[in-house]
Amino acid sequence: MSAGAPPPSAVEPLEDIALKVGPPRDDASMARRERVRVLLHSKSFIAGAIIVGFFVFCAIFGELLVLQDPFASNPLNQLQSPSANYWFGTDRLGRDVFSRVIVGARDILIIAPAATLLGTVLGTALGLVTGYFRGTVDDVLSRLIEAVLALPVVLVGILALTSLGPSNVTIILVVGFVFAPVIARTVRAAVLSERELEYVSAARLRNEKTPYILFAEILPNVMGPVVVEFTVRLGYAIFVVATLSFLGLGVQPPSPDWGLQVFEHYGLISGGFWWPVLFPAAAIAILVIGVNLIADGLTQAFER
Amino acid sequence: MTRFILKRIGLGLITLWLLSVLVFFLANVLPGNVARRVLGPFASPEAVAQLNHQLGTDKPLITQYLNQMKGYLSGDMGTSVSTKQPISDVLWPALGHSAKLALLAFIIVVPLSIFGGVVAALHEGSTRDRIITVGGLSATAVPDFVWAVVLLIVFSLGLGIFPSTAAWPDGSGPLTQIKYLLLPAFCLVFVLFGYIARMARAGTIESLDADYTRTAVIKGLPQRTVLWRHVLRNSLLPTIAVIATQVGYLMGGLVVIELIFNYQGIGQMIFRAATQKDFPALEAAVLVVGVVFLVSTLIADVLYSILNPRVRLGSADQ
Repeated sequence: MSAGAPPPSAVEPLEDIALKVGPPRDDASMARRERVRVLLHSKSFIAGAIIVGFFVFCAIFGELLVLQDPFASNPLNQLQSPSANYWFGTDRLGRDVFSRVIVGARDILIIAPAATLLGTVLGTALGLVTGYFRGTVDDVLSRLIEAVLALPVVLVGILALTSLGPSNVTIILVVGFVFAPVIARTVRAAVLSERELEYVSAARLRNEKTPYILFAEILPNVMGPVVVEFTVRLGYAIFVVATLSFLGLGVQPPSPDWGLQVFEHYGLISGGFWWPVLFPAAAIAILVIGVNLIADGLTQAFER
Repeated sequence: MTRFILKRIGLGLITLWLLSVLVFFLANVLPGNVARRVLGPFASPEAVAQLNHQLGTDKPLITQYLNQMKGYLSGDMGTSVSTKQPISDVLWPALGHSAKLALLAFIIVVPLSIFGGVVAALHEGSTRDRIITVGGLSATAVPDFVWAVVLLIVFSLGLGIFPSTAAWPDGSGPLTQIKYLLLPAFCLVFVLFGYIARMARAGTIESLDADYTRTAVIKGLPQRTVLWRHVLRNSLLPTIAVIATQVGYLMGGLVVIELIFNYQGIGQMIFRAATQKDFPALEAAVLVVGVVFLVSTLIADVLYSILNPRVRLGSADQ
């Protein structure tokens, strides 16, 4: 997706190397400062960071921000429409939808990043190995990757969660494992062009061990694509985790998870009860868009 | 040409085989004891053993896998654990229903998103471009069930224009069927629009910058001719590839959409099989979706190579 050009520090012309007398990481940190500058001037990055920051705040402080207990059901108060007391109305068990939307940020903001992180770590390692060695390992893994990609992530999730039973840890493992090959493909593409560069040959001539070359030499130079891929995948992980929750295979009741709230109430829409569905659904939409705005900003910053 | 197609089919078959192993692993190896998963923790050991025997899950894994593939190849998809009916009786009609919904979505989204992408490219950097690109990407990023409930609330509950289900009354004519399918189709349209429009936009921008376009303009050809014969002809190629890769995605999205709109397609079948722990049905349906995706990718690759000889010649050397 965003294989991108190698970061500037990797392709310095010969005469620049002669000028490099200062601290060794000098132009790497210059490039980093430049990137931060681009990010802070990117409207989409700022907007995305505000949105995601807001939801992270909700996820951390949750109960402290709301007046009603998100778990307290009240049979006398079922499906009240939005009012001054219940800003977003109440759900079928009489629970306050507003506080459930605020506290509901928690589960997805733990599961989706954890799954993406797992996928990124596995995928980066896999991409480094396949891109560096090429040959048979590469061919076999590429075929496997293609087979995994032939199935929509949601379907693999359904199949695996039905087999293993729903739990948050299972979702993290499933989504992480499915994402790994996709991320590996991006990293592999970046490594393919890196491995031909002179610093890699130099390291090889110095008799550095292969793991050192992979993780200490090449990895820092493909961090750009890795970071961009992480944020892009994070948006997609939220999509997948929310969908699995919506199918009843993800986060389990009585959690105020957004996907689960929509699942529990979508059947009531035709009866006119739109509020227990619309507000959590809108929260998912806003969070996903926020993450994608950040990804958009990062892509611009890294691909200059 | 033939060589290229044969090579693609060969690779497709390998991928298909890997896919079958993967699905088999997920459905038969991962659960540990399949019958125990189906029957739950309170079933007697005898009942579990009997169901395992009936499903063939007491045999060695290799035998199970081979038997199952033999069945699939001869058109026997096995028997559903929950309904005790042959799976193929449910699967093929369901696939047909889903195809109908997917087809309607494609008929709407393909011209719409190509048009959107081309308009964005022709006005690159303008507000119109930003709206189409950012709006399209946001629409794509939002999960389909969110679109489904929003559309239901607005168009069914609020405005009352469309029915809240896709299950049309028996004996409805094609027009009534389309009316029932329009809301679910639009959920898919929202999710697909961003991807296809982005590809169409990128392709168009690239060929607008190309030398042959400049030559055509300098030659004094009318703008319309340049656009149709030189720009679009080249820019829509990558778009075809993207459209085909979206077929698999569409199938995944259908699970959610069909559930919300109560439509008897393969998505609903997958959901039902999953909630009832009907592993044989689940496995067959997921595998069929994978096959549909692989075949459409293959068709896209072949089409792409017919339209663009450079691809074919390039990969024949590999």
